[in-house]
Amino acid sequence: MAAVTPDQLHDHHHGPTGLMRWITTTNHKDIGTMYMIFSFVMFLAGGVMALMIRAELFQPGLQVVEPEFFNQLTTLHGLVMVFGAIMPAFVGFANWQIPLMIGASDMAFARMNNWSFWLLPPAAILLVSSFFVPGGATAAGWTLYPPLSIQMGMGMDMAIFAVHIMGISSIMGAINIVVTVLNMRAPGMTMMKMPLFCWTWLITAYLLIAVMPVLAGAVTMLLTDRHFGTSFFNAAGGGDPILYQHIFWFFGHPEVYIMILPAFGIVSQIIPTFARKPLFGYASMVYATSSIAILSFIVWAHHMFSTGMPVAGQLFFMYATMLIAVPTGVKVFNWVATMWRGSMTFETPMLWATGFIFVFTMGGFTGLICAIAPIDIQIHDTYYIVAHFHYVLVAGSLFALYAGAYYWLPKWTGRMPDERIGKLHFWSSLIFFNITFFPMHFLGLAGMQRRVPDYALQFADFNQMATVGAIGFGLSQLIFLVVVIKAARGGGEKASARAWESAEGLEWTVPSPAPHHTFEVAPVVK
Amino acid sequence: MSVSGRLAVSAPLLLAAQGVLAQSRYNFQPPVTSVAEQIYGLHTLMLIICLVIFIVVFGAMFWSILKHRKSRGAVAANFHENTTVEVVWTIIPFLILIGMAWPATKAVINMKDTSEPDITIKATGYQWKWGYDYLQGEGEGIRFMSSLATPREQIEGRAAKGEHYLLEVDNPVVVPVGKKIRVLTTANDVIHAWWVPALGVKQDSIPGFIRDTWFRAETEGVYRGVCAELCGRDHGFMPIEVHVVSQEAYSDWVATQVAMRAAAAEDDAREWTPDELAERGGSLYATHCVACHQPDGKGIPPAFPALDGSPVATGDVAEMLKVIVHGRPGTAMAAFGAQLSDAEIAAVATWVRGAWSNEAGDMVQPADVAAARDQ
Repeated sequence: MAAVTPDQLHDHHHGPTGLMRWITTTNHKDIGTMYMIFSFVMFLAGGVMALMIRAELFQPGLQVVEPEFFNQLTTLHGLVMVFGAIMPAFVGFANWQIPLMIGASDMAFARMNNWSFWLLPPAAILLVSSFFVPGGATAAGWTLYPPLSIQMGMGMDMAIFAVHIMGISSIMGAINIVVTVLNMRAPGMTMMKMPLFCWTWLITAYLLIAVMPVLAGAVTMLLTDRHFGTSFFNAAGGGDPILYQHIFWFFGHPEVYIMILPAFGIVSQIIPTFARKPLFGYASMVYATSSIAILSFIVWAHHMFSTGMPVAGQLFFMYATMLIAVPTGVKVFNWVATMWRGSMTFETPMLWATGFIFVFTMGGFTGLICAIAPIDIQIHDTYYIVAHFHYVLVAGSLFALYAGAYYWLPKWTGRMPDERIGKLHFWSSLIFFNITFFPMHFLGLAGMQRRVPDYALQFADFNQMATVGAIGFGLSQLIFLVVVIKAARGGGEKASARAWESAEGLEWTVPSPAPHHTFEVAPVVK
Repeated sequence: MSVSGRLAVSAPLLLAAQGVLAQSRYNFQPPVTSVAEQIYGLHTLMLIICLVIFIVVFGAMFWSILKHRKSRGAVAANFHENTTVEVVWTIIPFLILIGMAWPATKAVINMKDTSEPDITIKATGYQWKWGYDYLQGEGEGIRFMSSLATPREQIEGRAAKGEHYLLEVDNPVVVPVGKKIRVLTTANDVIHAWWVPALGVKQDSIPGFIRDTWFRAETEGVYRGVCAELCGRDHGFMPIEVHVVSQEAYSDWVATQVAMRAAAAEDDAREWTPDELAERGGSLYATHCVACHQPDGKGIPPAFPALDGSPVATGDVAEMLKVIVHGRPGTAMAAFGAQLSDAEIAAVATWVRGAWSNEAGDMVQPADVAAARDQ
């Protein structure tokens, strides 16, 4: 154990204990753990909302919830999953893994790190408790389009403040990551030797810094339109409702890549390990990630084709959007080339990573179809779009998060994940995911609009199928809890430092579980 | 047919020829305009290209998964870079994209060409119904509101659901076959979207702005659509119904509409009896007011206040009419002055004043409404 310094052999935590330890901690591993627990709790909360939505949609007619409450559920489901579950989960991974992967002793700004986590629970409380205020939660959709969002009650203001707080948290987390990656790499680790997960997070962090303030601006303008008599988005006062959509999607499209680039990074760590072969085209992966990030700033209006843009606008945004398929394709080809003539085994992390490539790419194909403006105008705001973005966000981001969680669980807990239960989790998630979301493509094509609590009779059987799948998918996620709790409580096979046979990287040179302090003396990378 | 039966019958269709797909519920509705046809064709083209790429890429991946396994004795190679390969799989997709962009560009240009229409219709989105004004061409001057015709009992499960559940309206849009119809869209309150899939038309309706789109239906028939943009609680309950009819039938329809307008003008001018007002008011309430104020008049406070026992609904008539005609700015209460005639507002106001526990016991006449409009 060359990397273990004498300090680590006497690894004791000297700070406060109990609850105060977690409130005051500046340790990247503690904070990473808190981020992940937080995001899983939010994931379950958002999941319950999704199941209520699916319960209402099980049959035509209104049975379970009122339309107003239904709209609150779809809105909060989106906000909670995007800002409460997926984004914090990736930040949790960054906190745990980036210092370990670049040989740093902690994140650059350890106190700010604590603060950026502890901003999240108040934001989450604001969001979720807005269900219980007069008028309920905001029901304007997660995109909060005015003038509808202007009509909402105080739940809308709570959502605005929650978005503000989460935005500040994200920006601080992103600054921390940028500084850590740029300044705290072990001697000898040049940028182009850095693990791809760190590269994707570095680029993601720049995206966050660029667009979170834009979102904050957009929702602040909503706030002043609502309460202080401004008319940014009100035509009667000289404003324009579509202006909001431009600002929102200038944030919103990079946001999509904020939620998928770190996923690409995780998968790029896992495939080489289990193919026992170096990642194919490391440099081209870095360039592809950068291209996707840059292109993400010039495609925002493809979310707005049906607002009625001029021909030149539609063509520009259509072409720019189609271009994204090129770097994304390069990534998929590189992963497949990494697998090619490898010596593969399929432990749980590899199953998730392979499942990710397969199902995420289907979301990529529908993305390409959506890029074609005339087609998009027909499928915009239908269940086809719902299917598309769940293929990239659930089968993309979430599956990659699970892949990463199973991959690094030995490093976090010192125990190997239970393969039997992990595989059950994978297969049931994969199957139920497709039962839930595949039929939604057909619903959208045939003419079912999204965000409705009731629908015409010809959509009944596919909706029924989706609801059955959703219940199965929701229950499958509890299996993950079993795996994690088992490993965290010291059950299962003990993990060695290099938990997976041919895992590469500095994180596998420290013991499992990683001691409280690692790399107090920087390792040298040759 | 049962769900499983339907799936069993339909599943082979997925793999069948395009001609079969045209009838299927797995694809776009059968197109009846040139734009919808173009979109349908583009989608088929994209599906085929994606399917080919899918087979090539995942063929390679699954081949690798099956053959290059440690359990089969595979020994890992060590190659990890090849600039030529990277360049090739950057350029080939780029060329494929150009192949897709060409027909797509032609379709965009065609969709946006709203010039020289035969008839122009303005569609105005309201929470939660559509208003139509025939602005130009045969039928100019016709205007009407179009609301969901499906009864509440069907939605709440107290009656069997009809064939066109949620896709039927009281007053459909009627247009002649083969004529270029330009649709101007706008909205009164929030953003809506006017969408009729078979016509290949979806255009957001934006309050304070006018956008346009067009269609030329080649086949007579009834085409159904919905509002596609989230617009509040009854977003799912404001369908669109377009009847494409022969030129003769259209001319007849225009004549009837003109006659009805004359009758409505007479309604506004005369005195009404209490029974007439109450009868008409009850049905108007069920169409225009019930979504927010609820069948029992209790509303859904605080967004949608109660009318039962409300001081506004039982107090001064002029004050009440002012709210109905001009709305309450900044709240969900719309200005109904633009949507309903004097006689209609008089009827619904009279009905509300005597409904549930309200016992105002008076009557509102169209002339009172006309006075309120001037305020």
